[in-house]
Amino acid sequence: MAASSAQKVDKPANSVSEIFKSMSYGPAPEADNVVKAWLDDHNRAFGHFINGEWVKPEGRKTYQTKNPATGEVLASTIQGEQEDVDMAVKAAEKAYQSWSKTLPHVRARHLYSIARHIQKHMRLFSVVEAMDNGKTFRETRDADVPIVVRHFYHHAGWAQLMDTEMRGWKSVGVIGAIVPWNFPLMLLTWKIAPALAMGNTVVLKPATYTRLSALLLAEVCAEAGLPPGVFNVITGGGAMGSLLADHRLVDKVAFTGSTGVGQTLRRLTAGSGKKLSLELGGKSPVVVFESADLDSAVEGVVDAIWFNQGQVCSAGSRLLVQESIHDKMVEKLKERLTHFRVGDSLDKGMDMGAIVDESQRKSIDEYVEDARKEGAQIFQFKESIPSKGCYYPPTIITNVQTVSRVVVEEIFGPVLVVLPFRTAKESIALSNNTIYGLGGSVWTENVSLALEVALSIKAGTIWVNCHNLFDAAAGFGGYRQSGYGRDGGKEGLFEYVRPAWEERPRPGKVEGDLKKFGATLPNRPTVGNNETVEIPVNGLSVPSIDRTYKMYYGGAQKRPDAPYSRPVVNPAGKVVGHVGEGNRKDVRNAVETAHAAAPGWGKRAAHNRAQIVYYMAENLELRRDEVAGRIQQMTGGKLEECRSEVDISIQRLFHWGAYCDKYGGGIQETTLYGATVKIHEPVGVIGIACPDEFPLLGFVSLFAPAVIRGNTIVIVPSQKYPLSALDFYQVFETSDLPAGVVNILTGDRDHLTKYLTEHQDIQSMWYFGSAEGSKFVEHESAENVKRTWVNYGIARDWMDPEQGQGEEFLYHSVQCKNIWIPMGDIFAN
Amino acid sequence: MSDRNPGTEFDASWFENIYINLPAVKRRAETLGTRRTVKKQWQAAWLLRAVSCIDLTTLSGDDTPANVSRLCFKAKHPVREDIIKALGMENENITVGAVCVYPNRVPDCVNAMKACNGTEIPIASVATGFPTGQVPLKTRLEEIKLAVEDGATEIDIVINRNYALNQNWKGVYEEVRMMREACGKAHLKTILATGELGSMTNVYKASLACMMAGADFIKTSTGKEGVNATFPVALVMVRAIREYYQRTGHKVGFKPAGGIRSAKDACTWLILMKEELGDDWLSPHLFRLGASSLLIDIERQLFHYVYGRYAATHEIPMS
Repeated sequence: MAASSAQKVDKPANSVSEIFKSMSYGPAPEADNVVKAWLDDHNRAFGHFINGEWVKPEGRKTYQTKNPATGEVLASTIQGEQEDVDMAVKAAEKAYQSWSKTLPHVRARHLYSIARHIQKHMRLFSVVEAMDNGKTFRETRDADVPIVVRHFYHHAGWAQLMDTEMRGWKSVGVIGAIVPWNFPLMLLTWKIAPALAMGNTVVLKPATYTRLSALLLAEVCAEAGLPPGVFNVITGGGAMGSLLADHRLVDKVAFTGSTGVGQTLRRLTAGSGKKLSLELGGKSPVVVFESADLDSAVEGVVDAIWFNQGQVCSAGSRLLVQESIHDKMVEKLKERLTHFRVGDSLDKGMDMGAIVDESQRKSIDEYVEDARKEGAQIFQFKESIPSKGCYYPPTIITNVQTVSRVVVEEIFGPVLVVLPFRTAKESIALSNNTIYGLGGSVWTENVSLALEVALSIKAGTIWVNCHNLFDAAAGFGGYRQSGYGRDGGKEGLFEYVRPAWEERPRPGKVEGDLKKFGATLPNRPTVGNNETVEIPVNGLSVPSIDRTYKMYYGGAQKRPDAPYSRPVVNPAGKVVGHVGEGNRKDVRNAVETAHAAAPGWGKRAAHNRAQIVYYMAENLELRRDEVAGRIQQMTGGKLEECRSEVDISIQRLFHWGAYCDKYGGGIQETTLYGATVKIHEPVGVIGIACPDEFPLLGFVSLFAPAVIRGNTIVIVPSQKYPLSALDFYQVFETSDLPAGVVNILTGDRDHLTKYLTEHQDIQSMWYFGSAEGSKFVEHESAENVKRTWVNYGIARDWMDPEQGQGEEFLYHSVQCKNIWIPMGDIFAN
Repeated sequence: MSDRNPGTEFDASWFENIYINLPAVKRRAETLGTRRTVKKQWQAAWLLRAVSCIDLTTLSGDDTPANVSRLCFKAKHPVREDIIKALGMENENITVGAVCVYPNRVPDCVNAMKACNGTEIPIASVATGFPTGQVPLKTRLEEIKLAVEDGATEIDIVINRNYALNQNWKGVYEEVRMMREACGKAHLKTILATGELGSMTNVYKASLACMMAGADFIKTSTGKEGVNATFPVALVMVRAIREYYQRTGHKVGFKPAGGIRSAKDACTWLILMKEELGDDWLSPHLFRLGASSLLIDIERQLFHYVYGRYAATHEIPMS
């Protein structure tokens, strides 16, 4: 055996003998040659991918996409314009005609093929993503891309099962998807996998900074045999995103990104009949109790806030630590950072990569410097930062409180703020002291404590003793200003379907000044036009005793704040009664009582809620003739029909009573060893404006599903025929319904709708009125990102069970929380 | 070499409020090898460092002077001379950290080390009724003394699992204290036999009890239990070492043993030590890898680094 071919030893500093002494890590670069070859194949210049081919219209501005770790220009992409949006949306619209009719099994094959093809190109995707975004290759290899593959496989399954699992629902149409730069490939997948599975076609706008992986995916989807036009990618700036969202042929906008842009999109699409889902910002808490495994919690913080440079919507950016272990925990964290490595995204020995862009880095730095000026203590381990490239050191900020900007606002960088708390109750209060509600984690070995806190934090995902785990089988999305809709799981599918009976509403252009909507009170007294009711008493005909209808909130009948009345006029023009004219103060009072009732009602045993609703049905039936008579008196309808409305209302109460204890959630079949539990939580306080038609059935159909799922409501009955709802408060009172659960305000529907919608502490607004009102509700809901459900001025047949008690009522009555509970204590004997 | 850990008074309050979350420990353990890696000459240097930390071991019923002598010669010359030269390491006297044998084979080692000019290499002997410890305390202590008299400079003892499983940590502490005394100048490694301790919390408590009693090293396993040196177990033990160091200022060494076979794993073990405890724990006086076949795999990797080709096993001198 000759040793003659021994390779030459390097220069001394990096010689084996020197490294043997220093035990330094050295560079460990992942090769970028295949990505560069792919870029070269495209001459480093990309167009849009529309209808299965590359499209490069003349005369477009370009955007140079860079590697933030090195500053190197990777390729040039184009800035799309209206014409390009048109072309892509029309291609998608055309493809929709056949794709939506493609057999579920065939769609499943296509999604399966996409998953397979991404797997074939896994390394390529991982390297492209790391280079384009600046995140570490380690993460794209171990998180982003495997999650993408899993998502397509999972949704191939949903495509296959759509006919059975999503019975009663159908595809929506063309989806305009707009995604951010933090997980470019993963988040677009969260949109297109469910969209395609449910039979929709997609036009995607990737983020400006990170366009390459989307373009690569479009190419790979074509390679996988996806029909042209089903998935299109157009590149451009934020303004082009608005053009896409605003396009007449787009039926739904799916957005992940900042709360600000989400609000813009809500306003832009208001009143158009388009569906909208928003996955927005967060300021998620990491709650560490003295009963936690502190060393593991330290690693949990690493996963929570230093994953992807903290550029994660669900980043655990607020560390709440029990006072007794606060100092110890902070010391451990600081120690942890002394061996934290930040550097080139393709180096396989890095904990953190580059910040996506200099502007983002600057914004992070401004937050930190602000805190410093405020007197906060800033800990940074700057030694870890390379001198060149767009980097920011991992940062821990202590000595800040709830008033500090760094505690309140989303920083979207590797910056952790630490706050102490005393008790579990206080930890929950601090956790919820935010406009956001995307995620959170709870660290304790006390299982009772973990579950109680997990249920009490108002957020879409809670991780127990872990943070930032994701899986296709569990929906991800927010409460509050973190948005609505879910990505993943069965709950995520509802964002890409509509009820089978319903056509896409296309209300005409609604003119009028939204600022003036609902502002005036038009009614005047109606002296001399009253219908008089005489009843025979001892052979004498005497006027019946006047019945004054009041409003009903906090479990009691209330006069309006300003005691005006509005007449209820029957079709013959006769006034059949007066109801209170509610105003903004009545709204304020009713919302207060609804909130006071909410915690207790939400915690009631489902069985107990069911009993109350069945009891309502029983009490309504006792008054069957009287209530039917009232409907007839108001509407002038046939008595038979009015009776039928009462009977169906009773059935409907039974329907929703039955659902009290049968829609609580379930176990999600994620990859976690343990349990991922989906809980259908109440939305909160819901404002409901009932339709004019079906004065009883409309009211019952709307209040019942909301209430049985634990919400409390402020409901405005039929403006024209409100008396049936007011008859109902006697039913509530005799059915043991707790005070404040249902609150009834009468008056001008749009006037009350205005103040309900504008109320910042109403979590959802349901509106069944005019097209203009629908637009107003959607538009104004943007302010605090409340959920909405509106009818765009289109009436539905409330007698029809499909339309009057379908699954969409449940969808609107709950929000999904997924709790991740890892298990395991056994490791050996 | 720094001062030995003298131990402390037994204080159960150090681990009374300790909680170990196994799923979270596993998650961290899984990423140790994915967050860091070493390539090229760094890998070569790290592998050599791993070699210097190996407790080259034979613990079999059929051990005789023949194979024990072979083991000692290999300990003195763990990597082929041509490879060492190509790496520019010929002046570094690369040997393994120690040899590790049964007490009866200690005199064989002493003879062999003289013969191969390797008397600087520590001779470690297992003792105290290894691997089960199910013999009277008196004979366990006597075994230590005899091994030390015969020339062992390091003693690997097993802790009392009966005491551990019944939460008698004071009992564990007191026995180890006596064993430390019996060792005299010889260094004491305490084997927790983690695969028989039932829970990670017990692993943590056993680690602290042994360190309080004056262990120079804590060691995962005998190699004879069902589960031996795994990264999750190691993580719990090195976190206990860190805690002990922060409380007392004494550095205690760590020795994973059992099932460590690949060069890649050896690097991950070093990464674990570097990340969790720091560079001080990358040397044989605070880190040992208990292994037998590992050395051959490392030598093959080094061969590849030097020659750019994969070696056949028969090209590497067996131990």
